[in-house]
Amino acid sequence: MTEQRTHAIDMSNISKTGKSNDQVADTCIKVENLDLFYGEKQALFNVNMEIPRKQVTAYIGPSGCGKSTLLRSINRMNDLVDSARIEGKILLDGEDIYDKAVNVADLRRRVGMVFQKPNPFPKSIYENVAYGLRIQGVNDRRTLDETVEKSLRGAALWDEVKDRLQDNALGMSGGQQQRLVIARAIAIEPEVMLLDEPASALDPISTLKIEELINELKEKYTIVIVTHNMQQAARVSDYTAFMYMGELIEFGATNELFTNPTKKQTEDYITGRYG
Amino acid sequence: MENRASGQHISHLFDEEMEDIRHKVLTMGGLVQQQMEEAVKAFISSDQALAEKVMQQDEMVNNLEIEIDHDCIQVIAIRQPTAIDLRMLISVIKVITELERIGDEAARIAKMAIRLEATDYFHDQYHELNHLVEMVKGMLSGSLDSFARMDVDGVAKITRKDEKVDREYSSIIRQLITRMMEDPRNITRMLDILWTSRALERIGDHACNICEHVVYIVKGDDVRHLSQDELERKIKK
Repeated sequence: MTEQRTHAIDMSNISKTGKSNDQVADTCIKVENLDLFYGEKQALFNVNMEIPRKQVTAYIGPSGCGKSTLLRSINRMNDLVDSARIEGKILLDGEDIYDKAVNVADLRRRVGMVFQKPNPFPKSIYENVAYGLRIQGVNDRRTLDETVEKSLRGAALWDEVKDRLQDNALGMSGGQQQRLVIARAIAIEPEVMLLDEPASALDPISTLKIEELINELKEKYTIVIVTHNMQQAARVSDYTAFMYMGELIEFGATNELFTNPTKKQTEDYITGRYG
Repeated sequence: MENRASGQHISHLFDEEMEDIRHKVLTMGGLVQQQMEEAVKAFISSDQALAEKVMQQDEMVNNLEIEIDHDCIQVIAIRQPTAIDLRMLISVIKVITELERIGDEAARIAKMAIRLEATDYFHDQYHELNHLVEMVKGMLSGSLDSFARMDVDGVAKITRKDEKVDREYSSIIRQLITRMMEDPRNITRMLDILWTSRALERIGDHACNICEHVVYIVKGDDVRHLSQDELERKIKK
């Protein structure tokens, strides 16, 4: 593949079509010529894209198109898969995260992740949120209290749980658990939040709460979300990337992509036509 | 691009719903086209029965407008359409408004035909209108063709005609004023011709608007309120 496709955001378009006119879309994460292999099988093909800072970027595409793989490679979750091999670069604030000098634990502190199924620890609500700080050696009660409250507020959960912080987190509803996991992730103040289908196991009301939360979180964090629900991508994201068979087909302002996509494959997918 | 606006969805039911809407729009288009032609005919030949028919048909057109609007809203609510499907549905809602107004203009012409019948008439003297009628007929059928085929190639030709229609309309007004000054007894008849020309000129405008909606469906570019040159550039893009 000789053709080099870089999906950078065209700034001239943003004021017209992007949701945030006043924010300067500087690049937080830059993916360069990324190929990823699981053993012999190539899962990503020469992906190039620039993910803007403090904006929500959504990946959409059919199952097996590589969107989760791409998301996971941003905090090196694929390192856990033995056969996974990567070529190309992912730059976070200009630094290659696959550089040998990078400490993976540090990287994951900067790039938090929330999965499809809420996975709180079988501990109290309080301890779940305080966990990240505790393993960093923070034990000062006041600092912990403050962070727990701030994070739970940040995850729009505080009012629902403030009177039962010592209850076991597993007794919460699915939607609350998912917001708790988000609170746990933001307690350590990451730069980037990766959300892998964060609302697909939730009912419509909990889903809307998560979407509302995502909209608030982007004030502080760069958010990358994978979702099978296209309407959700359309609702929550500023930019949308459509992936198909391991390739990034189209990347652009969400408003534009859902009303007037430039590629036929994108249109077929978002309108539910045969590929 | 052909039929892209309705076919090939994974959900066959969705295909059928879109096709059904498209079909109804074309039916409505056919009706107003007939309405307009018959209204003009009724006016020129002072055919009262035909004029009555045109006015009755207006009710069918109105009912179709409501029905298609309802269908579009249903599909939007149920399917959450995107991209070309969304552009199609939103534009259909606008296209049928244009069609309904064309129907109103035709009914207006028919009403004048009925009123004229009661007065003195010289039905061989409406030749001023002939040229205008032919141009507007061409624009309307052209715009309906572009919608049916989802084809923007003919659009520029149609919108270019609108300038000619406007010129023709101005020249008719000048002629009518002259005749009115020549003989004040002409005034009533001249005013009827004036209102009819006005209705025809409006129909031409509506036909242009339909073309612009078709460009939006096919290209995704909003070409309303552009000059002819800008429009042609956007279509070529």
